[in-house]
Amino acid sequence: MSALSAASRNEPARAEDAGGAAAQARARARANRRLLVNGLRVAFAVVILGFWEIGTSIDANHRDGLLIDPFFYGRPSGIASQLWTWIANGTAQGPLWLQIATTLEEAFLGFLIGVVLGVIFGVALGRVRLLSDVFAPYIKALNAMPRVVLGSIFIITIGYGIWSKVALAVVLVFFVVFFNAFQGVREVDRVLIANARILGASERQLSTHVILPSALSWILASLHTSFGFALVGAVVGEYLGAIHGIGLIIATAQATFNPNGVFAAMFILAVVALTAEVALTWLEGRLIKWRPNTITDVRI
Amino acid sequence: MASAIELRHVTKRFLTPSGTAYTALRDLDLAVQEGEFCAVVGPTGCGKSTTLALISGLEPPSEGEVRVRDEIVRGVGRDVGYVFQVDAVFPWKSVLDNVATGPRFRGVTRRDADERARDWIKRVGLAGFERYYPHQLSGGMRKRAALAQTLINEPRILLMDEPFSALDVQTRTLMENELLQLWSATRASVVFVTHDLEEAIALADRVVVITAGPGTVKGVYRVDLPRPRNVAEIRFQPEFSRIYQEIWNDLRDEVLVSYERSKRSVS
Repeated sequence: MSALSAASRNEPARAEDAGGAAAQARARARANRRLLVNGLRVAFAVVILGFWEIGTSIDANHRDGLLIDPFFYGRPSGIASQLWTWIANGTAQGPLWLQIATTLEEAFLGFLIGVVLGVIFGVALGRVRLLSDVFAPYIKALNAMPRVVLGSIFIITIGYGIWSKVALAVVLVFFVVFFNAFQGVREVDRVLIANARILGASERQLSTHVILPSALSWILASLHTSFGFALVGAVVGEYLGAIHGIGLIIATAQATFNPNGVFAAMFILAVVALTAEVALTWLEGRLIKWRPNTITDVRI
Repeated sequence: MASAIELRHVTKRFLTPSGTAYTALRDLDLAVQEGEFCAVVGPTGCGKSTTLALISGLEPPSEGEVRVRDEIVRGVGRDVGYVFQVDAVFPWKSVLDNVATGPRFRGVTRRDADERARDWIKRVGLAGFERYYPHQLSGGMRKRAALAQTLINEPRILLMDEPFSALDVQTRTLMENELLQLWSATRASVVFVTHDLEEAIALADRVVVITAGPGTVKGVYRVDLPRPRNVAEIRFQPEFSRIYQEIWNDLRDEVLVSYERSKRSVS
């Protein structure tokens, strides 16, 4: 993903310095390369899905035993028709869009709150030595614990609504962002801090002009991972007990021995996660446009 | 004439990670006159940079007294400018924002700060690059931006820590000449740290030789070469080589001591 976006960012710069035929040849080489990569990607998907689909319909040893048993593993065509059923007729819990919207809402709220808390605590503990010395063992202990089990507590205390899932997502997101913000603050170049102080920066200006921008690339890097965690929190929370949501669809499909339903819900989650990933990459590009473009390894 | 900078019996010790004390400077005395260009030379690791950190107020001395314009230094002062050895411009700010940083920190409005920054960018020869980010500039251009960023605050005390050591020889000579030009307009008191004796003589009114660490003053030499100087050509004057030889006799022993030490610590 990032390699592709870096390549597209390089394009205007390259176009400037190149002239005439050479530029055309390079553009052609790049187009060919893109065609090859995309072609191979499609081919890969076709082979995997094809093997899966065919494996569920050929009789392996002439005794009705199929190579891949669709009862357990589903089949691509079944997944597609399951998706279509949900889109056309809705799920057992109501219309499909409502389930997606619920999960998205939980994930986004959890993501936002988790990121804000993570950045605040990360920067505070990164800046104040005493705070980090005092809280370090507790944070390490909390981080070492499998925090998904907290989901049960949240369901008990907060209930079946969206907030118990938001809470779980917050807990998962917080630590990822926290550690990155903390590290980012600790890794700020000493010379830049010295320079800012000489130039006349107050403590607050030091934070806003030097420490936060410097830590921002660390924080933004953590957002990619942490949105994934937010989705995990939302889905697992729904799995444990909910009224709406994709996690609930999965739980229902599991209870009714419907592997196609589980895979179809997984597919929806993948689309949601990829969309969020694209949005985050775009945001990252906007926020740190000062960073040098990475040179791609595409040969021209 | 009053001293712009005065260090009296200054000792600086650092705590090493293993818990022992490391003495960077021992009983150092140094005075720089108002408007004087003073170069400090010495072997690697003799505490040259530490001297600048003490004058700037970034570090307090362990013993002794540091005075800037007759006041004891307590924390970073407003009159001080500091050009660092490594790149210290902020990579997330454009050239314009980088140069405008000092006035912005000191409460000047954005418009006025930008206007002054544009003027300084022109003076260091970076006009047209206001919107560029540091990573888009060459090393020499980044150094120019750093100079403008420091000089815009109109420091009375200018501290420079091997500012041109990372540049190639041609760019370096160019920058040295431009520094002399900019300096002659401001007449700030300069402490210029370098390990390059030629650079020190070509630029300074006075050269101070520091001993291999713990650093202390070994000798002080006047450089009576006429100004304005052309750094590229001044090296050919007979007076230049006479001074060079005189100082090198002093410096050589210290360089050898420091070299022997580094060999021992490696083996």
